[in-house]
Amino acid sequence: MGIHRGHKARPIEWLAEKFIFLVSLSAILMVLLIFLFVAREALPVFFGQTNTALIQTPIPPDDTDKHSPAELQAYLELTPDEFAKMSKTTLRTLMEVKVEAQADIPENFRNDPDAHINTTQWKYLMLPHQWDNYDKPEFIWQPVGQIKKFNIIPLLIGTLKVTLIGLLFAVPLAVGAAIYVSQMARPRVREIVKPAIELLSGVPSVVVGVFALLIMASVLQAIFHYQTRLNAFVAGIALGFAVIPVIFSIAEDALTSVPRAYTQAALALGASRWQTAWQIVLPAALPGVFAAAVLGFGRAIGETMIVLMVCSASVMSWSIFDSARSITTTIAAEMAEAVNGGPHYRILFMLGALLFVATFLSNMIGDLVIHRFKNKLEGKR
Amino acid sequence: MSSPASETRHFRAEKFDFWSFFFSGLTGLATLFILGILATILINILINGWSALSWHFVSTIPKKDFFDANTTGVLPMIVGTAFRVIVMTIFVIPVGVITAVYLTEYAANTSLITRIIRAAVNNLAGVPSIVFGLFGLGFFINFIGKNMDYLLHNSTVVWGQPALLWASLTLAVMTLPVVIVATEESLKAIPPGLREASLALGATKLETILKIVLPQALPGIMTGGILAVSRAAGEVAPILFTGVAYYMASLPSHLSDQFMDLGNHIFVLATQSPNIEQTRPILYATVLVLLILTFALNIVAIIIRARVRKKLRALG
Repeated sequence: MGIHRGHKARPIEWLAEKFIFLVSLSAILMVLLIFLFVAREALPVFFGQTNTALIQTPIPPDDTDKHSPAELQAYLELTPDEFAKMSKTTLRTLMEVKVEAQADIPENFRNDPDAHINTTQWKYLMLPHQWDNYDKPEFIWQPVGQIKKFNIIPLLIGTLKVTLIGLLFAVPLAVGAAIYVSQMARPRVREIVKPAIELLSGVPSVVVGVFALLIMASVLQAIFHYQTRLNAFVAGIALGFAVIPVIFSIAEDALTSVPRAYTQAALALGASRWQTAWQIVLPAALPGVFAAAVLGFGRAIGETMIVLMVCSASVMSWSIFDSARSITTTIAAEMAEAVNGGPHYRILFMLGALLFVATFLSNMIGDLVIHRFKNKLEGKR
Repeated sequence: MSSPASETRHFRAEKFDFWSFFFSGLTGLATLFILGILATILINILINGWSALSWHFVSTIPKKDFFDANTTGVLPMIVGTAFRVIVMTIFVIPVGVITAVYLTEYAANTSLITRIIRAAVNNLAGVPSIVFGLFGLGFFINFIGKNMDYLLHNSTVVWGQPALLWASLTLAVMTLPVVIVATEESLKAIPPGLREASLALGATKLETILKIVLPQALPGIMTGGILAVSRAAGEVAPILFTGVAYYMASLPSHLSDQFMDLGNHIFVLATQSPNIEQTRPILYATVLVLLILTFALNIVAIIIRARVRKKLRALG
């Protein structure tokens, strides 16, 4: 707004202006803080400072002085802050506890090769591993028990499965409705339908979850006759409900912003309404519709409660009728039982950081595409 | 589309095209299907929830076993949800409104910093809610809270654990974009002539904003606040590790207390009940209470927004 300041400029005015500017930076600050603090808790995983090996060579408490503080800190699984605040006596007690804990490990684990490996190394996080008592190398996420297995591949597949089912369901419906509302419907119909679909975004995701759990799961099972009642398919469809309003509003906005001259020209040349919508308006608005799908993806991948309520078992399977556990679900379900500062806790934060990066990128792409699209329609370059 | 002249309509009617009709119908069906889903969800909850909803239900503090349909109630959850949302509003409205004022009144639209702020707001709106939960745990509880305990020399942990304040602050960060966008929209709707008149009469820019612009934008700011509240009221993921409790015997009374929450309670009832058939009525009733809360707020916001838009259109 190009209005210049009045004549009565005063120091207080100047101060207020600076204050307003500083407060407006809070959004930037928050994005940075979110990334910093989620990544901060996950850093030890990236730098290989976590160790989950069940059997470790204990350091005798008397040898404390022979090791560097960094080694001791990693050995005792402490954060630098905690380590710095600790007195000599507490340190010694902790060392003794650690030795006792090692002595308490049941005898049958002594010969288990799995008990000697640090499962938070990248190769165990990403690649299949031949675990003891398994037939072949497998991807396993099993963060409880004596030997904790943290392979994140089943979670990634679970996330992709649920998200893609959700999008395959939501995109055609939402874009179809957007075409109808922006191109076909009469103004009066539009004025009712648009807010109604937007109202769907006001339904909290736990409520969609309850609906999916109690009603939809049974209905879909009756139609498709699959084995497990609660599976990735049900979760995906329910997820679709949650992203339909997002995709709809953005796509509808893009379709409406196509200049009216386009439609009028097409209609004047004898095209039908549908031909105009499909061959003229939709291609012109395609970047916007694409952006809608990308932003819908970002929303779907981050949705927590619906998937948490509908399916939870982490199975390594590509079948859509098997259960699936997404990244969000894993974080929500397991954070409560993870020890604050422990390896499990750190890996959950790493998954959170991964999610943050994924949604950050999809949002950036979506916004960029929309921005360009709008500029092009307005004739700017 | 404005209604085409009657000649065109006549012309098109002559050339009836089956595929056009078919595909148009398909888009209409997609719309109907979405509306159908919405209606099914709402009607299903209304019918099932209404019969279990009673004054006793909304005004009782339940005993430890809240799965029992006869003695249970949702008073602590209603209080907890309301409490956290009110605290959130106190933080988010000033910050959001000031940011919007900067973006519309002060910032040059093309400057780098403005573009970064806008990008940050857009990104904040897209961050998954569970990541906000992690952020609340990592930043508010483990960083700010623990250091507060350290600086205040608390002998027991007061702030370095999940608490109502941390849940509210986490939600405030989450809903910041909602408030910013709504306020900005309403600030843009105010005709520049109003500002010019005020400046011409000798008011300073700050006086103009405080006495002319903001009072005019009040409905829009209220809409933003209401939308933020309705969004936050239904969110569970961000508060899972930052303040919500499975069960509390008393109502929360202090900012460092944990609290029970409607959304979380729905999740608990739906997934952890020993007997889902017995829990079903109270589950539906709880869902209905939450829906009434969020929908009432949503509808108010939609009405105010529609009025603001109409005014904007009238002013051209």
